[in-house]
Amino acid sequence: MSTSIDFLLWVRGPGFDIALFIFVVGVLIRLLEVLILGRKPDYSEPRGAELGAGLLTLVTRTAPEGGSFKRSPFTVVGGYIWHIGFLVSLFLFVPHIELIDSVLGIRWPGIASNLVDAIAAVTIVTLVAMLFSRLTHPVKRFLSGPEDYLTWVVTFLPMLTGYLAYHRMIDPYPLVLGLHILSVELLMVLFPFTKLMHAFTFIIARWYNGAMAGRRGVQS
Amino acid sequence: MADDRKKLSMTLGESLRQQGVSRRGFLKYCAATASMMALPPTMVPAIAQALEKAKRPSVIWLSFQECTGCTESLTRSHSPSVENLIFDHISLDYHHTLQVASGDAAEAAREAAMHENEGKYIVVVDGSIPLANPGYSSIAGISNLQMLEETVAGAAAVVAVGSCAAFGGLPHANPNPTGAVSVGEIVKDKPVVNVSGCPPIPTVITGVLAHFLTFGSLPELDALGRPMVFFGQSIHDRCYRRPFYDKGLFAETFDDEGARKGWCLFRLGCKGPMTYNACATAKWNQGTSWPVESGHGCLGCSEPDFWDAGGFYNALSIPDSDLTRKTGYVVGAGVALGAAAGALNRSTRAKAAAKHETVTIDDLDKKS
Repeated sequence: MSTSIDFLLWVRGPGFDIALFIFVVGVLIRLLEVLILGRKPDYSEPRGAELGAGLLTLVTRTAPEGGSFKRSPFTVVGGYIWHIGFLVSLFLFVPHIELIDSVLGIRWPGIASNLVDAIAAVTIVTLVAMLFSRLTHPVKRFLSGPEDYLTWVVTFLPMLTGYLAYHRMIDPYPLVLGLHILSVELLMVLFPFTKLMHAFTFIIARWYNGAMAGRRGVQS
Repeated sequence: MADDRKKLSMTLGESLRQQGVSRRGFLKYCAATASMMALPPTMVPAIAQALEKAKRPSVIWLSFQECTGCTESLTRSHSPSVENLIFDHISLDYHHTLQVASGDAAEAAREAAMHENEGKYIVVVDGSIPLANPGYSSIAGISNLQMLEETVAGAAAVVAVGSCAAFGGLPHANPNPTGAVSVGEIVKDKPVVNVSGCPPIPTVITGVLAHFLTFGSLPELDALGRPMVFFGQSIHDRCYRRPFYDKGLFAETFDDEGARKGWCLFRLGCKGPMTYNACATAKWNQGTSWPVESGHGCLGCSEPDFWDAGGFYNALSIPDSDLTRKTGYVVGAGVALGAAAGALNRSTRAKAAAKHETVTIDDLDKKS
């Protein structure tokens, strides 16, 4: 019998196993490739400490640089809204916390489901606006390649299907829940091999810049 | 014998009156049935009229790979009630658990009912049908498959009662040693209604029969062959704990403060969001309660493959596999492959550095 339940059981079972394997192995390969390559020994006399400057830069680079904000406030604000909305939906919705607990064995308190719902709605609208801006702004459009649109799609689909599932807007529910899980699996599979890796590598990049500047005694 | 014939020729209304069911009680049942079937109140007199005049239809109840829970549910939960009397007053011509006859006499009763009511009788099936080997389940030397096929041949409609008959149920659960299948996978040329549940709600079974008696047809069905009127809404949508789901208030254990306050049971494995049934509205035991009200999450028993849908106590959002162990293996594999890729990169860099020819000032002078 091929039913929506069969579909849900597949995405919750073998489908998730495959996606988890590709995600974890892919991310570890990408990260270890970078880390094991190492840095050349710096024989110059250090003028400052690497540790503090590296950590500080991790934080300071999170705030927008003034000039960027003045030049393109929409990109900066929109970027913040959807990143925060995505992270809230991913990490503070109780069913997601249950999933993380089952994989990693760690959990934390969630927030009200209807609050997550409202934030998710704002995130979806923002993502659509960001795409519109990318398609209509001549410079952004020129800078965008197929991978940028692909990563937008695989980021947008989990948000959209999650919203549809929460509001039970597609019948039967196992079908829409299955589509939501499948879209997340698509994101997990493509994650290590696209720009989405920045979710991990931004830490390495910021640390490197900050630590290097710290050693030279300059402001990062 | 004469009494039996008289009983057969009686209408349902006459039969109910003889049993002492009041007009008021009967109309109350009709109103409840109309309400359950989402029909307007104006339909109540029509239902009453149709049911009163209906002759007792012949019903042949076949029990295959099952636990008799469906029959137990039907006969015990509301007794005595109008619903049960309605059920008593169909002509139940064959039913292992309830009939007095046995052996050849029982099989003769089934064959007589089939011949006398050709094209008009209803076949109710509980239990799945084993296809791997006919010997796994047989009655009077007849395999379940053979009995189903020959009985259904002259039937007006088939009602698959319980999740085993509707979707294969427990016998169908992985690894399905008997090759169990549902009724719908065998019967393709007759209308089949799936009244799923483990067990199904008694009023839903009688409601389907009442619909057939009233309109002469089966109710509208969903994609899984279940009557929309009873299976059109999910447990989650009609759950009285739903506001707590929306507020993010979840019970952590079955006896904590949250559980006592009626908070949502999602974290304790409730499958309400994916389960379509009338438990939250029809309830059980004469409307006393239902599983979620008594403090236990929904098992999703009216859905296909509910035995294989992960642990009953795992939240619906948890993937159906041993993730902690698998994650360990996957991380190990990732570290090994990543280390190998990293080492390869270093070696490539070292080789490139070794190949690099250093140019000195003297070399440049020579060239110029």
